[in-house]
Amino acid sequence: MDFEFSEEQQLLKDSIEGLLGDKYGFEQRKKILESADGWSREIWKQFAELGILGLPFAEEHGGIGGGPVETMIVMETIGKALVLEPYLPTVVLAGGFIRHFGTDAQKNKYLPQIAEGKITGAFAHTERQSRYDLFDVKTTAKASGNGFTLDGAKSVVLNGDQADFIIVTARISGNPRDKDGLGLFIVDAKANGVSRRGYRTVDGLTAAEIQLSGVKVEADAVIGKPGTAYPLIEQIVDDGIAALCGEAVGVFSSLTESTTDYLRTRKQFGVNIGSFQVLQHRNVEMLIAAEQAKSMTFLATMMVNETNAVERRKTMAAAKTQIGRSAQFVGEQAIQLHGGIGMTMELKVGHWFKRATAIDIQFGDADYHLEQFGNMGGFETAAQGKE
Amino acid sequence: MDLNFTKEENAFRDEVRDFFRKNVPADTKKKLIEGRKLDKADIVNWQRILNKKGWAVPNWPKEYGGTGWTAVQKYIFLEELQRAPAPDPLPFGVSMVGPVIAAFGNEQQKKHFLPRIANIDDWWCQGFSEPGAGSDLAGLSTKAVREGDHWIINGQKTWTTLAQYADWIFVLARTDFKAKKQEGISFILCDMKTPGITVRPIQLIDGGKEVNEVFFDNVKVPYENLVGQENRGWDYAKFLLGNERTGIARVGISKERIRRLKELAKLELSGGKPMMEDPRFRAKISQIEVELKALEMTQMRVVAAEGKRRDNKPDPASSILKIKGSEIQQTITDLLMEVVGPFALPFADEDDAGSNELPVGPDYAGPLAPNYFNYRKVSIYGGSNEIQKNIIAKAILGL
Ligand SMILES: Cc1cc2nc3c(=O)[nH]c(=O)nc-3n(C[C@H](O)[C@H](O)[C@H](O)COP(=O)(O)OP(=O)(O)OC[C@H]3O[C@@H](n4cnc5c(N)ncnc54)[C@H](O)[C@@H]3O)c2cc1C
Ligand SMILES: Cc1cc2nc3c(=O)[nH]c(=O)nc-3n(C[C@H](O)[C@H](O)[C@H](O)COP(=O)(O)OP(=O)(O)OC[C@H]3O[C@@H](n4cnc5c(N)ncnc54)[C@H](O)[C@@H]3O)c2cc1C
Repeated sequence: MDFEFSEEQQLLKDSIEGLLGDKYGFEQRKKILESADGWSREIWKQFAELGILGLPFAEEHGGIGGGPVETMIVMETIGKALVLEPYLPTVVLAGGFIRHFGTDAQKNKYLPQIAEGKITGAFAHTERQSRYDLFDVKTTAKASGNGFTLDGAKSVVLNGDQADFIIVTARISGNPRDKDGLGLFIVDAKANGVSRRGYRTVDGLTAAEIQLSGVKVEADAVIGKPGTAYPLIEQIVDDGIAALCGEAVGVFSSLTESTTDYLRTRKQFGVNIGSFQVLQHRNVEMLIAAEQAKSMTFLATMMVNETNAVERRKTMAAAKTQIGRSAQFVGEQAIQLHGGIGMTMELKVGHWFKRATAIDIQFGDADYHLEQFGNMGGFETAAQGKE
Repeated sequence: MDLNFTKEENAFRDEVRDFFRKNVPADTKKKLIEGRKLDKADIVNWQRILNKKGWAVPNWPKEYGGTGWTAVQKYIFLEELQRAPAPDPLPFGVSMVGPVIAAFGNEQQKKHFLPRIANIDDWWCQGFSEPGAGSDLAGLSTKAVREGDHWIINGQKTWTTLAQYADWIFVLARTDFKAKKQEGISFILCDMKTPGITVRPIQLIDGGKEVNEVFFDNVKVPYENLVGQENRGWDYAKFLLGNERTGIARVGISKERIRRLKELAKLELSGGKPMMEDPRFRAKISQIEVELKALEMTQMRVVAAEGKRRDNKPDPASSILKIKGSEIQQTITDLLMEVVGPFALPFADEDDAGSNELPVGPDYAGPLAPNYFNYRKVSIYGGSNEIQKNIIAKAILGL
């Protein structure tokens, strides 16, 4: 049992923090946020140079073979700096499908290009009716020629507006809410029949509504065995949840620390407001909520490679519940304790709060995951009989 | 980073678990599962079983019977003990006065008292709190005045847990009336049979009488019952209070209680179906399970850090364990009461539950409301949760 980072991991952390410290200050980020793309190709190139765009990929695919802990380290830093670049959708989600389940040809085609920063990806899954259920897919994939034709609409696709390739889920057979019958397809964003409407989400990230009308994909663009995609989707979403937990840790610690700093410096009634016990205790409660979230993030990170899917899913559900609860508490209190200035876009605290709010919603909010966790039986089993 | 236990640690866990499975007396275990109070014999009996095994005082220095376990092993031991369930050793001897005597007592005190504590030949109680000195313990006013070879003690202690069974009490008393309040306190051991000591039970809101007032009226105690140096008692008290770090979260107990809760939630009906299938009730159980798992991981982080620390200062992060641990325990007692619905209502007096009276409703209902009331204490004693927040604000946040 050891919670410390190895030397290499510490080095990784230092190098990303160094880069973001130089290039991602509040004003610099503001410029990126206000740019047309909403994120910076320049920064992206530097991520590639650091090696983090190929972090989880094998060396033969241009990666560095990092594990879940390395991803957590990167994501925590992303959370602290509020990075706008599409790391999660490209490296963890779209890249994750190909890395885990792609053919050699697919890996050779996409992974080195991702690692070099040449292309970005997106995962197009959510639909108008699906809410957070991963099996609820109406978009259809009909066999045609030696490939498939896709029809349907996907919503709130992160990086969907600018991705070069999109991993699309679609139903090959069965009813809209069946777990069987799903397929995964790699779609070129410029393919005929793909139309995208890009926009910003509340936290300043970019996303898109994606319409698929008679989009043709060849057999070599299918990931895994057609019709059996559901467990693959679960696994990549679990990777995504663990990564998001890592990001949340960065966001929560930043919210807590910036609030402590503010309490130490803001004067009212002739004293630092940090001398008021009611504010001290609130700040302590923020710290506890942040620490509890961090603890669950460690657990989730360790469970990423768990082969028992039920145990893995259960842990992710529990972790996402804790993250969601902490997000709301820590975020709201940070604003409250900053008073009027917390309400503005002029301080980073409001931006962190908005990202925390989005993190709760993404991949399912706390109430959703709490229910899933209960449906899977929780951690403890009922005692047997009254001995 | 690696959250797995080593092979040796897992083997140790198996050994400990196996020992508890075979050695916790059946009726003691039954009482713990049902949430009924243990009596003196249960606790003494169990302590002697542990002592025979050599596990009575894991935290003590090895020369006085400690096991020399690592922080992780101690954590595993306590977790398994709590989840067995087996009784927590009586803290007043094993975790409080024992380590103080081992660290600051003279040779004779060590030789005489330590083995008797390990075997619970003496039952100890803690004479710290007073009517006027709770959270602000250093404001205590019980006095000890030296007269020749003796101390003459006058004053009053209160909330003294299980003093009705006690053979000895360790007392904080003021011995220098001019010094700053922390600097005039001494740590003195008193035989409870000494003339002038009176014990009066206090009934708590659960109906039970686990705490007492202890009055000292010209109590004459040999001078050599002083521990360490005169007027240094506050240092020893701080040492004592900072000592009980692992296990403060009581994760093992909460796990065991959740298993019990789920068992009862399958038996009790709501809307014609088991409570366990009621989505609202199940969500409450799930929520507490998630928080408990997070606490367990937080505790492991503190334990892992403790293994690496060189100083013996309390880790302020253990205040987080105390706060969350007590909140979780309290919520679970609330859910256990909720699960039996109206059958939580009988009886007014805890002593009647299942003993003097025939049970009303299911036989497991009786102790559940008293436990709920009783567990309000866990956020008050051992440094109240507000005091813990003050500690964190100062020591971690620097406010
Ligand atoms: C949307 C918006 C619109 C507004 N419109 C107007 C307007 O039209 N005209 C106008 O004049 N003002 C306006 N205000 C200002 C508003 O009245 C102030 O924000 C408010 O008085 C709080 O002051 P502050 O922001 O300086 O926070 P601070 O006073 O610095 O407080 C910061 C934190 O410390 C807490 N705190 C402060 N003192 C104590 C204490 N003694 N004990 C415990 N906690 C304490 C506060 O509750 C808060 O959580 C507006 C504010 C907002 C957010
Ligand atoms: C069941 C039980 C068993 C006990 N057993 C023993 C025992 O065996 N031996 C022994 O010596 N003592 C024992 N105690 C006493 C226990 O340690 C005290 O109750 C505790 O220290 C709190 O003191 P108090 O009850 O006087 O409350 P107070 O200190 O008067 O506190 C009242 C309230 O004010 C809050 N408060 C106090 N100071 C502050 C502050 N600075 N900032 C913010 N809030 C504050 C407290 O958190 C609490 O909510 C026991 C108590 C209980 C309930």
